[in-house]
Amino acid sequence: MKEKIIEILSDLRSEFDFSEEGVDFIKEGMIDSFDMVCLVDELEQQFGIKISGVDITSKNFSTVASIEALLKKNGVE
Amino acid sequence: MDLKFRNKTITGILTVLPKRVVPFEEEMGDYNFPEKNSLRLKKVMGYNTHRIAAEGQCSSDFCIFGLQYLFDNGLLDKDDIDALILVTQSPDYYMPPTSNLIQGHFGMKNDMICLDINQGCAGFEIGLIQSFLLLEQETINKVVLLNADVLSSKVSKHDRNSRPLMGDAASITIVESCDNDQEILCSVNMDGTGAKAIMIPAGGFRTPASEETAAMSEDMAGNLRSLNNIVMQGDDVFNFVQREVPPMIDRLLERANKKVEDVDWYMFHQPNKLMLNKLAEAIGIPYEKMPSNIVENFGNASGVTVPTCISYNLGDKLTKESYEICMAGFGVGLTWSSILMRVGNLSFNKIIEF
Repeated sequence: MKEKIIEILSDLRSEFDFSEEGVDFIKEGMIDSFDMVCLVDELEQQFGIKISGVDITSKNFSTVASIEALLKKNGVE
Repeated sequence: MDLKFRNKTITGILTVLPKRVVPFEEEMGDYNFPEKNSLRLKKVMGYNTHRIAAEGQCSSDFCIFGLQYLFDNGLLDKDDIDALILVTQSPDYYMPPTSNLIQGHFGMKNDMICLDINQGCAGFEIGLIQSFLLLEQETINKVVLLNADVLSSKVSKHDRNSRPLMGDAASITIVESCDNDQEILCSVNMDGTGAKAIMIPAGGFRTPASEETAAMSEDMAGNLRSLNNIVMQGDDVFNFVQREVPPMIDRLLERANKKVEDVDWYMFHQPNKLMLNKLAEAIGIPYEKMPSNIVENFGNASGVTVPTCISYNLGDKLTKESYEICMAGFGVGLTWSSILMRVGNLSFNKIIEF
């Protein structure tokens, strides 16, 4: 799942390296709120899930680990 | 805050759109982002074309054009108007009130009230609630509610966050007293602690527009704008809407003792398609009962999106039939408001171009 997330992020913003651990994508300006909504769309399509509107927060998209946790919450294994 | 009214009705809705149609692709080159990303955003947010006022066209021009159309076609008599409410964030001047200018233009009677209200995304609901409150007076039988905004000139052309969704438009809604005592349920909520989430920082008395405020600067996401431009904390606004609107609608339905499926149409404010889809999913509304095609075709003209949604999606049907409609607006203020009422058998419900 981790590799898939990095692949999706890299496709969205190819100029950044999303594989580096401990980087906060939001604070570092690697993804903004509009990238985030594109990411939601992509994750929903790729994993066949519906992410709740209240979960579309910076916190849930700031690291690969937080995105992974969000996917797990939505039943992705 | 819960409000309840009886013996009030909407008898006509006219939406006035600018003739100028601007496709998303035409402006895409102005953004500091790869084309691929912009096109992805277009798909997710539902951006396609938006209507932009011609240079120099002000809020009052759209209202006057629409009112003249109604007078000329015998759909409204100016002497019957007891109150003229204009909800706008783009008045012609700081003073006088733009509603007074419109009244003066037509030489309407002096025995009436003109009122400008500074509200945005929830402007239709706030305007309707104010109309209902005025109609509680025996001397007021007919209120003309004007919603108008021409904010496209306040958006930086290099701001991908705000420009693609912005639209200019006006609407005219006739609100009257009636014998039907069916309940109209309303909810209105405000949170001024989030007031700066959507704002134009300069140009008012606090920070007058100057050479300094016109200087462009780049935000972390690569958008260029000045303090004279609209700035929106997109993620904060999105979160606020997702957090506050579903429980507001749930409560409104509970007060009416209705289920989601008992309502025919959910006509909501339209900042973008994703936000609406997520609201529909949270409340359990089928997408087909909540049209999300206004931002896609016309852009988001603040308080005008809900009447535009009604005119565009229901059109003539609403002159022959009536529906249980739930309306909701949310945004600038922060304000969130909703109304559940029966709307139908209107004298007119259409869109014209100016």
